[in-house]
Amino acid sequence: MAEEKEGGLVFHPLDQFIVKPLFGDGPVHWYTVTNLTLWMAIALLAIVAVFVLGSRGRAVIPTRLQSIGELIYGFIYKMVEDVCGKDGVKYFPYIMTLFLFILFSNYLALIPMSYSPTSMIAVTAVLGFGVFFAVTILGFVKNGPAFLGLFWMSDAPAVLRPIIAVIEVISYFVRPVSHSIRLAGNIMAGHAVLKVFAGFAALTLVSPVAVFGIVAIYGLEVLVCGIQAYVFTILTCVYLKDALHPAH
Amino acid sequence: MATETTDAAGVCVDAGGSALGMPQLCADWMPNQIFWLLVTLITLYFVMSRIALPRISAVLAERSGTITNDIAAAEELKNKAAEAEAAYDQALLDARSEAQKIVAEAKAEIQAELDVELQKADAQIAAKTAESEAAIGEIREGAVKSVTAVAKDTAKELVAAMGGTADAKAITAAVNARMKG
Repeated sequence: MAEEKEGGLVFHPLDQFIVKPLFGDGPVHWYTVTNLTLWMAIALLAIVAVFVLGSRGRAVIPTRLQSIGELIYGFIYKMVEDVCGKDGVKYFPYIMTLFLFILFSNYLALIPMSYSPTSMIAVTAVLGFGVFFAVTILGFVKNGPAFLGLFWMSDAPAVLRPIIAVIEVISYFVRPVSHSIRLAGNIMAGHAVLKVFAGFAALTLVSPVAVFGIVAIYGLEVLVCGIQAYVFTILTCVYLKDALHPAH
Repeated sequence: MATETTDAAGVCVDAGGSALGMPQLCADWMPNQIFWLLVTLITLYFVMSRIALPRISAVLAERSGTITNDIAAAEELKNKAAEAEAAYDQALLDARSEAQKIVAEAKAEIQAELDVELQKADAQIAAKTAESEAAIGEIREGAVKSVTAVAKDTAKELVAAMGGTADAKAITAAVNARMKG
């Protein structure tokens, strides 16, 4: 994507996503500590700071940090309870883990010079397919063959039922793909656009526009980061609900 | 460079350190990403489910318990206040009726005393009146006697002066008759 423009102006909007070893210059093995590892660790530490250190006092009247943790807790807990019902509540820690990881990765990636793990399709694919397999296995374990009733619309006209079943099966298997690409695509596109605007900012002529563009896109990204984390989580809840109560 | 396809063999970065194609699609890096993602997620899951979430849920439960207790205590205090107010009102009412009773008693006492005094005074006045009437009667009687005596004497003298012989009995009878008239 890097292109020569107007004599030496070069931008590489995708270079920010390159995985580099943190120590040394060797090849990236599966165990190599990379910039991605670093930013995942930072996200983890930030979550620990808010949720473990923040609630350290176990105060009935919360401190600010504890209050933030409680707000997020209440928000996700209510979401799980509303979407999945009472029996979905025991899966709340898993959903909370997903949400916090995505939310903190997204927002930490907005720090200049940082790295965004959630823009990597491999990362979101693991998340998306992980949810897909977990939910599918859970559906069969909980409901047995009755889980297949998810695809069989018993209240549709009998002629249409097989056709709807085929469509439902296809849409079911597309779920993890859309689930993961939605997140990675949003984050990657946002960061790439920011980088393109940053590249234009080097040109005197258009730099005011470019800088304004960076500010605007950054503002948009702040929204997108929260919304994508929310969307990923609520879709996970919806899929979980399908697994727990396959009957329409 | 965008026209170049990703080198499937594994080099995802060109000589200048720029990405070849999308770094996201570089298969060489994926095991690394997946490995560290799993490490992060599992760590995060254990931290959250073992430490953070139970703690927060305990805090939330404790808070809602505290709030419930406080509301109950407030309710109790409110009831107590209402009771105290009722007792106060009752006491006020009692005191007022007591005061009214005392006032009525005092009035009755005063009235009784007044009646006694009035009776006494009436009796005294009656006695005085009777005394005075007796005195006036005496005086009147005395006056009538004197007038009679004077009238008899005057009549005798008049009769004598006219050359008649005064018949004492006749004169007395005549004077008495005139006096009655």
